Amino acid sequence: MRYLPLSQTDREQMLGVIGAGSVDDLFVDVPAAARLDGAIADLPNHASELSVERQLGAMARKNLVAGEVPFFLGAGAYRHHVPASVDHIIQRGEFLTSYTPYQPEIAQGTLQVLFEFQTQVARLFGCDVANASMYDGSTACWEAITMARRVTKRAKAILSGGLHPHYVSVANTMAKFTGDVLDTRVPELSAETDTQNLIEAIDDDTSCVVVQYPDILGRIDDLSALAEACHARKALLVAVVTEPVALGAIRSPGEMGADIVVGEGQSIGVGLQFGGPYVGLFACSEKLVRQMPGRLTGQTVDAEGKRGFVLTLSTREQHIRREKATSNICTSSVLCALAWTAHMTLLGEKGLRQLAALNHAKAVAAAERLAKVPGVSVINDSFFNEFTLRLPKEARPAVRAMAERGVLGGVSLGRLYPDAAGLQNGLVVAVTETVTDEDVEALSVALEEVLA
Amino acid sequence: MTINQSGWRPTAPEAGETKASTFTGNRALMLEEALLFEIGDTDTTGVDFAAIPAGASRLGGLDRNRTIGLAGLSEPEAVRHYTRLSRQNYAIDLGLFPLGSCTMKHNPRLNEKVARMSGFADIHPLQPLDTVQGALELIHVLGKWLVKLTGMHSVAMSPKAGAHGELCGLLAIRSALEARGDKREVILVPESAHGTNPATAAFAGYRVEDIPATSRGRVDLEALKTRLGPDVAGVMITNPNTCGLFEPDMIAISEAVHEAGGFVYCDGANFNAIVGRVRPGDLGIDAMHINLHKTFSTPHGGGGPGSGPVVFSEALTPFAPLPFVEKQGDHYALVEEETAEEHHGRSFGRMVAFHGQMGMFTRALSYILSHGADGLRQVAEDAVLNANYILRSLDGVLDAPFGGSGPCMHEALFSDKGFGEGLTTLDLAKALIDEGFHPMTMYFPLVVHGAMLVEPTETESKAALDQFIGALRSVAERAKAGDQSLKAAPIHAPRRRLDETLAARKPVLVWKDPEPAQAAE
Repeated sequence: MRYLPLSQTDREQMLGVIGAGSVDDLFVDVPAAARLDGAIADLPNHASELSVERQLGAMARKNLVAGEVPFFLGAGAYRHHVPASVDHIIQRGEFLTSYTPYQPEIAQGTLQVLFEFQTQVARLFGCDVANASMYDGSTACWEAITMARRVTKRAKAILSGGLHPHYVSVANTMAKFTGDVLDTRVPELSAETDTQNLIEAIDDDTSCVVVQYPDILGRIDDLSALAEACHARKALLVAVVTEPVALGAIRSPGEMGADIVVGEGQSIGVGLQFGGPYVGLFACSEKLVRQMPGRLTGQTVDAEGKRGFVLTLSTREQHIRREKATSNICTSSVLCALAWTAHMTLLGEKGLRQLAALNHAKAVAAAERLAKVPGVSVINDSFFNEFTLRLPKEARPAVRAMAERGVLGGVSLGRLYPDAAGLQNGLVVAVTETVTDEDVEALSVALEEVLA
Repeated sequence: MTINQSGWRPTAPEAGETKASTFTGNRALMLEEALLFEIGDTDTTGVDFAAIPAGASRLGGLDRNRTIGLAGLSEPEAVRHYTRLSRQNYAIDLGLFPLGSCTMKHNPRLNEKVARMSGFADIHPLQPLDTVQGALELIHVLGKWLVKLTGMHSVAMSPKAGAHGELCGLLAIRSALEARGDKREVILVPESAHGTNPATAAFAGYRVEDIPATSRGRVDLEALKTRLGPDVAGVMITNPNTCGLFEPDMIAISEAVHEAGGFVYCDGANFNAIVGRVRPGDLGIDAMHINLHKTFSTPHGGGGPGSGPVVFSEALTPFAPLPFVEKQGDHYALVEEETAEEHHGRSFGRMVAFHGQMGMFTRALSYILSHGADGLRQVAEDAVLNANYILRSLDGVLDAPFGGSGPCMHEALFSDKGFGEGLTTLDLAKALIDEGFHPMTMYFPLVVHGAMLVEPTETESKAALDQFIGALRSVAERAKAGDQSLKAAPIHAPRRRLDETLAARKPVLVWKDPEPAQAAE
């Protein structure tokens, strides 16, 4: 067994020191009824590295790889080019194989990275502070709703129809148990968002309004009036960003008055990975910091006066506060946060703006081309790198038929909203810098064929 | 004394040595690294892009009109920045990392290689299911392993980490109780439990009460039986527990809880001690999360990502969350909201976007297949052997509050009893840093004064253990002798002790650019 260094001689010597006759003697506390005498039946025994690589390689080869075909899926997970050095950095053993930085004197690497990450997230979102990451966007969104409840001492949250349906689903699941009241809606296949409807729904019981920016159909709406309406009723505005690259081109939610901004960080540095692990981003205004969930890194000095970093404000957290903690989160997503911050550092403001501009220009060109497919129209007035097409027939079978032609043509709204009759013809198309003109042409042709 | 006798010493000078200053502040291989915002600027980028095609903007008039303040670095500078920072971290790749309850074992690089196969790393979670059959197969195969290893009935793969798995288990319990019209309000949790247990119970809407412990560090079965009743939804028990001990009454505990109409949640953080030797299903457990980043070696990465699949008994299976993978003939299907109603209508719903931590599943399955059923059993045996070897090698040196009650499991628990005036567990831990080790878990569990919880794991050699035992013996003897110089430790680390009080009193959580100097008129 290549991962187990003890030899049989070692084991015998050690049992001698312990004063045990055999290793079975160390398991004496296990009730006899629950002791297994040998290896569990019907399971294979250990295997060589070569054998394991072959077995898993066989499974990997059964999947259609995004990078090998024209690819247009988004809806909360985006395919961007990640510089090679990002993967090198996260594979440094000192980062990869370290633990949560409980001993700051020998974890300054992780802690400084997290301090830089927090600063980048806060600036990108237009907020004062950010935490050291959450699991993902959907769980960060629920945490923001519960935080708004603690801050406002009100239990009703209004969720925009433009919020990712999985995020709504997560919130619905949790609210069943916590007693939060959720006012939810389904989007309409049109250029109009539900901002005005949300403004009218705010009342004195409202803890927060949750709105996605850009939203699930790719639409971009000014949040300023919504923020004002929330604040007039002493409710909070929670903005959700599932494509942070967009903020290289459009205004941040914080600038427009959002009190809490959460996001899915996957699109920067992390990769698709079939849905996880991703990295939740969480930022807010300074006055709310003591109600935040998750780890926070702060600056301090050591005994010689040198600058250093530590985990701080931990009296909010489960290991100190137990049942009174702001969240039960412990392990979050620090290695993905490292990938995020390393990619963001390589981009810098200049690179992020270029990347965003490139995404937008390619998306605009693709939207113009796809609108020429007979029977197809683009519903959006505004969008960043993702827009929604209205097809003349149901999009879900069209997506499957395109996949058979080797084109991954987008996310059908039928997959996301199986029960919403009015959305079945919608197809959400994401166009990033990885998409070529030939890919767009291939999608246009495939779409025309499957719709014919 | 340093750990490396051969001369290379990556740290500051010995106490008492002259600290000859350098121009840079660096000391040979000990390199200080400034903050990104001090060395980068907003006009620098380390990425080249294709030319941006001209075209109309369709941003709805919301074009960014202010600077963001994101500093960039060229690629060589960025690689150097992070490489220098990495060297300020301790890691399992550098040495023994005996953080109790955290199971810091070797992370095989095969797992990294497998996770990066494009067929796993470069597929989108919403691709048509026919195009991701291999990914669904992998989730299914891993799930089957977890079910068989635990002797349970089913598994929910989507929880993102241990605490998220706890939440999954409790929501299933609450759903099962509510399905029979039973509103129960209390979850019982031992005082020795991880902080996540009571936090999770509260997050799931329960009131938390303590379960008393015996003087032998186990659940007090009789006291528990007395407390059980129609208001108790269930218990959350860590087994092996956080004192590193197996709960010998576990079967009787489960029976008593079930008899009172409640459910048994097991915190599976310490599954490494029993994998392949004991199946939690044989102990009457209804739900247990498995930390793939502990028992199955997915790298912890400085604080995640984790992954916390939850195994369920037959009674809780109908309430398991969405989505899950189901094998239908030769085809793998994904049961989501729309297909759930047909045969999974009692599911408590979705906990997370998409389907869980795929990148951790690939690594965990790679680890599991590498060990196989025989190797996993050996993992538990060697983990327990290593912990007991440390426990017994320190007899008479460090106080082991439960050391007299027999062997421990995968971790050895010590207290600060007998330390000299004013010296604490913290001082001993910081002195271990100077010896070249990551300290053990400190001040946890809360039931032992000045607790030190040592979990060596099975991937340490006898030589590594002997060196660690020597170091621990040395610092323990200094602590008992009242050696006040321990208060200054660490002296060889990249930083001396950090002022955590200052950090909390005046929080500085983000970098603020210095005010620009006033320009002369």
